[in-house]
Amino acid sequence: MSQVTEYSEKLMDHFMNPRNVGEMENPSGVGTVGNAKCGDIMRMYLDIDENRVVKEAKFKTFGCGAAVATSSMATELVKGKTVQEALEVTNKAVMEALDGLPPVKIHCSLLAEEAIHAALWDYAKKNDIVIEGLKEPVNDIDETEEFYKMQGE
Amino acid sequence: MEKRIYLDNAATTRVLPEVFETMKPFFTEEYGNPSSAYEFSGRVANRIAEATEEIAKLINAKAKEIYFTSGGSESDNWALKGVADALKSKGNHIITSKIEHHAILHTCEYLEKQGYEVTYLDVDENGLVDPAALEKAIRPETILISVMFANNEIGTIEPIAKIGEIAHKHGIYFHTDAVQAFGHVPIDVEAMHIDMLSASGHKINGPKGIGLLYIRTGTKISNFIHGGAQERGRRAGTTNAPGILGFSKAVSIASEKMDERTAHETKLRDRLIERVLSEIPHSRLNGHRENRLSNNTNFCFRFIEGESLLILLDKKGICASSGSACTSGSLDPSHVLLAIGLPHEIAHGSVRFTLSEETTEEDIDYTVESLKQIVERLRSMSPLYEDFVKKEKLSKVH
Ligand SMILES: Cc1ncc(COP(=O)(O)O)c(C=O)c1O
Repeated sequence: MSQVTEYSEKLMDHFMNPRNVGEMENPSGVGTVGNAKCGDIMRMYLDIDENRVVKEAKFKTFGCGAAVATSSMATELVKGKTVQEALEVTNKAVMEALDGLPPVKIHCSLLAEEAIHAALWDYAKKNDIVIEGLKEPVNDIDETEEFYKMQGE
Repeated sequence: MEKRIYLDNAATTRVLPEVFETMKPFFTEEYGNPSSAYEFSGRVANRIAEATEEIAKLINAKAKEIYFTSGGSESDNWALKGVADALKSKGNHIITSKIEHHAILHTCEYLEKQGYEVTYLDVDENGLVDPAALEKAIRPETILISVMFANNEIGTIEPIAKIGEIAHKHGIYFHTDAVQAFGHVPIDVEAMHIDMLSASGHKINGPKGIGLLYIRTGTKISNFIHGGAQERGRRAGTTNAPGILGFSKAVSIASEKMDERTAHETKLRDRLIERVLSEIPHSRLNGHRENRLSNNTNFCFRFIEGESLLILLDKKGICASSGSACTSGSLDPSHVLLAIGLPHEIAHGSVRFTLSEETTEEDIDYTVESLKQIVERLRSMSPLYEDFVKKEKLSKVH
């Protein structure tokens, strides 16, 4: 696996010791993004207080080392930020915080950015508010269920 | 020393010390060019002649039908491009399978650009080519059938004798990429009607950078590397004497120990398969349960992704691979796993462990224990598993 040797120490640390892995009981917002085809699916949970500040962030990720590390870093970066500031956590910011990504893994950082947006979108929808600059996330189809139905699982 | 359990023998193997010892003098002492006239070189030429006999014997071929190349990829390229070129006035159609190594598939794609037509046969859920479907795909302009002997990812062994029979009946050349099978399973080019066969040194405890193409006498195939008169004028380049002698030594060891090694590997392979399938929920074996290489296992673990698994295995000192090693760097999951009908997401969660004669029962047990921990850990952070568990709970309540 050539790209693994290109992982930075920081990235490996976030893969081996991911921060904020888990679920949330009643999240202010939750979003799942990704695509089974590329092999990365991220779910982000946000706990946002009445001042619109992200108090807690959790994630679950199906994906490669870089996907796990970018999710972990994204949760770290949005914690303590206002909703508007969280929206500005870009894929570039995630990438830089991890001391870079191998070129074939850049899409993981985009996915992390999308995960933040999806969770914020859910929060905005639940609270009937508009977050300036936030667009509705896109969802992907899932072919896996079909397969396992066919296998009788 | 740090722990290392090498379970990636389909990627490459350790050069055996006996093989290395055989090669050594041909670098530093017997370094003469075997094509030269003096006695110093003649000695090397003689050793190569003996070595070629030894190798030919393994597949019931004649020494003059063995052509040394730089490895499996070159042999595959030569067989396909060489026949396509030599028979271009006769036809432009080639039949192969969807699960071939990229050395075959990418060569076919190249030939398609040159105006050839290629049929890529489907395989069943175990990775087997259907000989009846192959026969149906034959057209008047078919010039070559190329089906691999055994698959490098899922280990499935193809019905080669049957395919050879069909090719022979229709008077079409039959090539097989036997890189994973050569020295591992018995091969008889006569009984199996094989006209061309690719093999590689580094998959059987021989050196890297040496391989061969067996070409049945009389087969029409264009020369591949143009230059000097080596390999009876068909493949130029100064003879790789240490490579050939190492390859030949590896072949004699492999052939001598084939039964013993197959028995050892099969026992451990089956232990690994049985333990994984019974102790790790939502796991599946890819490839044929019986008709598979004695050293190959390939699993999918639902809800988790292969690269993460590989990194964590690596941290425990276990070398394995996800799909073909050649697939890394690309984001697409293995074409072989897609061809046997796996959805993308599950194909992404595949791991291949390929054993060797040196693998021990402790290695297997340590690997299973490590896998159990790693799979559990990755599932605990997988949103797919979270959804699955929630759904299970719901269905139990109702
Ligand atoms: C089935 C198959 N064909 C061809 C090759 C290429 O062989 P080589 O590495 O000797 O070029 C490999 C090696 O991975 C293989 O497994």
